[in-house]
Formats: sequence, structure tokens, C-alpha cells
Amino acid sequence: MTALAPLMSAVPSRREEDWRYSDIAAVERAWPVVPETATIAAGADATQLIVQDAAPGSASIRHLAITLAAGARLTLHIINSGGAYGRIALDVTLQEGAHFELGGIIIAGGEQVLEIVTTVRHAGPGASSNQIVRCVAGGTATATYLGKVAVTRAGQQTDAAQSFKALLLDRGATANAKPELEIFADDVKCAHGATVGELDKMALFYMESRGLPPATARALLMRAFLSDALVSMADDGEREAAEARVTALLA
Amino acid sequence: MIIIDNLHAGIDGKTILNGLSLTINGGEIHAIMGPNGAGKSTLSYVLAGRAGYEVTSGSVTFMGQDLLAMAPHERAAAGVFLGLQYPVEIPGVSNLMFLRTALNAQRHARGEKEASGAEFMKLAKAAAEALGLPYEMLKRSVNQGFSGGEKKRNEMVQMAVLEPKLALLDETDSGLDIDALRVVSDGINRMRSPERATLLITHYQRLLDYVVPDYVHVLVDGRIVRTGGPELAHELERDGYVSMAA
Repeated sequence: MTALAPLMSAVPSRREEDWRYSDIAAVERAWPVVPETATIAAGADATQLIVQDAAPGSASIRHLAITLAAGARLTLHIINSGGAYGRIALDVTLQEGAHFELGGIIIAGGEQVLEIVTTVRHAGPGASSNQIVRCVAGGTATATYLGKVAVTRAGQQTDAAQSFKALLLDRGATANAKPELEIFADDVKCAHGATVGELDKMALFYMESRGLPPATARALLMRAFLSDALVSMADDGEREAAEARVTALLA
Repeated sequence: MIIIDNLHAGIDGKTILNGLSLTINGGEIHAIMGPNGAGKSTLSYVLAGRAGYEVTSGSVTFMGQDLLAMAPHERAAAGVFLGLQYPVEIPGVSNLMFLRTALNAQRHARGEKEASGAEFMKLAKAAAEALGLPYEMLKRSVNQGFSGGEKKRNEMVQMAVLEPKLALLDETDSGLDIDALRVVSDGINRMRSPERATLLITHYQRLLDYVVPDYVHVLVDGRIVRTGGPELAHELERDGYVSMAA
């Protein structure tokens, strides 16, 4: 990803693949972006929750470059819902036997443009990654997940999986999903899946026929859908807090 | 309780109910029988308010109110319950959470006090036990991985907890083995009360051996062509619907 160079001077354009669905006027307002870098030490087990809840109308871009040393684990969760434009880009490098787990949620409404962009480099043998991204988009909002998995020549026995699912609540809403694989090793397992759908009308009717007001029924279905991305939160208290946050955003 | 008067309704511009009239009083159980395509499920969907069904003429008065003017969740709060022929699976939403949310939404709409966690659990446990559905199953996602019989029992659990005034049971007997049929029938019979009206919609006479209706109606081409007592169901079983349509 080109944008990783520290303090890129030029604002990206939509001609660049990573930015083709972006709100460039908003990107200009957030530019320049300083990448944040971190290293997870060998054998360490780290967890992090990134909440993008920028003020309405604002633009927020975060760029994280994270290296996982041999045998390290990182479980990262994202709730991307704020601002007019919100982008969270991850550049994750996995050394031997490291594991990266991502649970990403996008809740987009109005005219919001919200993005999760990941590049996961399997730079050593036996590393694994699992990315689950769920999004709901209403109004004329745009939700985008660009997920690139790059397996270097050293990345034998890579096990990488990506799953993206989006629910569109209104006709004007858009979801973009682009999985991308770049593989230079021969013994790898890479799986990806993407679906875009609508709320199940029969389930909504069923819930309403039991007395749930339509807004409550929709929120319950959306929360259930999004909670797939939070299953990997090991701590019950943290997961419940994250679910409560999601519930509040859907209200 | 409910007065259906000269109801004409359909879907996608196609008329399915063709002047259906039916009155059910509190305490009564009515059965509607009819061949495939007669309009049985359409009737239940129109009464519950499913989107897409269009009423072109006629009226439905439920406890003095215009039922057709109400949204589905308002009908539920007023006391209408539809037991579905094919209960829907809702991944990620537990039965208990769904049912408690429904009960409290109804109570809230009626201006009643909401059920506490303990009160609700007691109701749900008693209902599950009576219907022979392990309480543990109610902790799972709504109907997900349930067999056909378990789904129907679950519908009855919901009905027992929600205590509707009008129960519309659409082919509740389909997909049930004989033991499950008995359990589900007992569930319906237990809820028989002067304050409740029940409409059984069914293909077969079998259910009516266990839940004996006050009236049996024969629905053909969107209208009731004959009404009688429980013996009419046996006549139908013997002679078929063809003789009725003539």
C-alpha cells in the first residue's frame, strides 16, 4: 500500500486502486496522515479495539502498520461508524507462526463513506490470519472493505481467511468488497467470501407479528448480523460492552 | 371478537380471497379447511398484516377496532397471534431474547408493566415444559437447527407466553408426528378460554380429533362454501373437497 510511506505529500486520487471508492474531498481535509507503527513481540498475545466515532461531518483517517514477531498473536476489532468519511487502514506483517485476527464492523448511514482497508503480509512460514468484516449501510452511504493478503516466498503453510458480508438497508446504499490475493509460496490455504444482501423480510414480519415495532425488529436483526465480527472477543465483559456500543449505534 | 365481512384480498394483483365472511366469538374454536390454493394462508397473512397482501374490499373488525388499519406489531399488541406454517429461523437472536422483547413490546404498547427477568423466565420455563421443549433450546437462536416438530412446539411456547386474544394457527399440525400432534393439541386446548378465540387453518381432519372445533368452514376459491359442526371435517375426509365446490 503506497500510503504507508511516512507523511505522503500528495493526496491520493481515485485512480489509485486503494482509494477508488473514497471521498477524496474528505481525504484532503484529513491529509496528511501519519502512520502509526507498532510491533507485537515474539510470543506475545495482544488485543485492541479501535473505535472510529469521529464527530458528524468530520474526516478521519488512521493508518496502522503492525508487525507481529514470531509466534505473536493480535486480535483486533474495529467499529467504524463516525464522521462523514472514516478510513481505517491496516498493514500487518506476520512473521513465522504469528496469528492475526480481525473483527471489523462498519455502520454507515446518511451520506457517510466508511472504509476498512487491510494488507496482511504472510512473511514467514506457518502464519495465519482470519478477517471477519460485517457492515450495514443505509441512506446513500458507502461501506468498503478492501482486503489484500500477500504471501511472500517465505510464507509456506500460510492459512489466511477473509469473510465479508454487508446488509444494504436502502436502495441508495453501496457496499464494496474487494479481496485480493498475491501469493508467491506454493503451500498455502487462502479462503475468501463476500456477500451483499438485505434484511430478511420474512424474519422482519415474523418479529413484527410477535409485537416488535419495525425499528426494534430491524435493530435486532442488524445486531445479530454484526455480532459475527465480535465473536472473537475472548473477554465476555469486553464483548458485551462492544455489543452494547453497536446496539446504541443502531438505535 | 373478530368479524370478517366480505373480504376481498390478494397479492401481486391476483385476487385470492373472494368475499370471505366469518365471525368468531370469544371462547370459540373455528377450523377452516380447504384444498391447496383456496386462500387459507392468505387469510392468515392478511389478518396478521403481512406486507404485499392487498385488501381490495371488505372489512375486518377486531374487538371493535379496524384491524386492517393497524400495523402488524399493533395487531400483536391488540392480541392477534399468527402461528406460522413455516416458522422463520433468525440466526444470532436467541429465542428467549426474542420472546422477552416481544412480550415487553406488547405490554409497553398496552400501557402495562413490563415483565422482569425473573417473571419472564418463569413464564418461558412453564411454557417450554408444558410443550415438551427443553428450556435449553430456548437459549439457542430462534428456530435455528430446530426440527419441524420443534419449530411448531416453539410457536406454541410463544403463544403460551404472549397469551393472545385471537390465535390464528396456520397448519400448525403439518410436519408433526403423532406424539408431537398430541402435545401441541394439548397446548391449544389448555389455552381454550372464554376470553380467547382460535382459528385453526388445516388441510387435514387429523388435528380436529384432538382439538374439537365448534365450527368447521370449508374454503374454496377464496370463499366459505359450507359451514358445519365437527362432523363436517369427517365428511370432508371421506368425500374430499371436490364435492363441496359443486
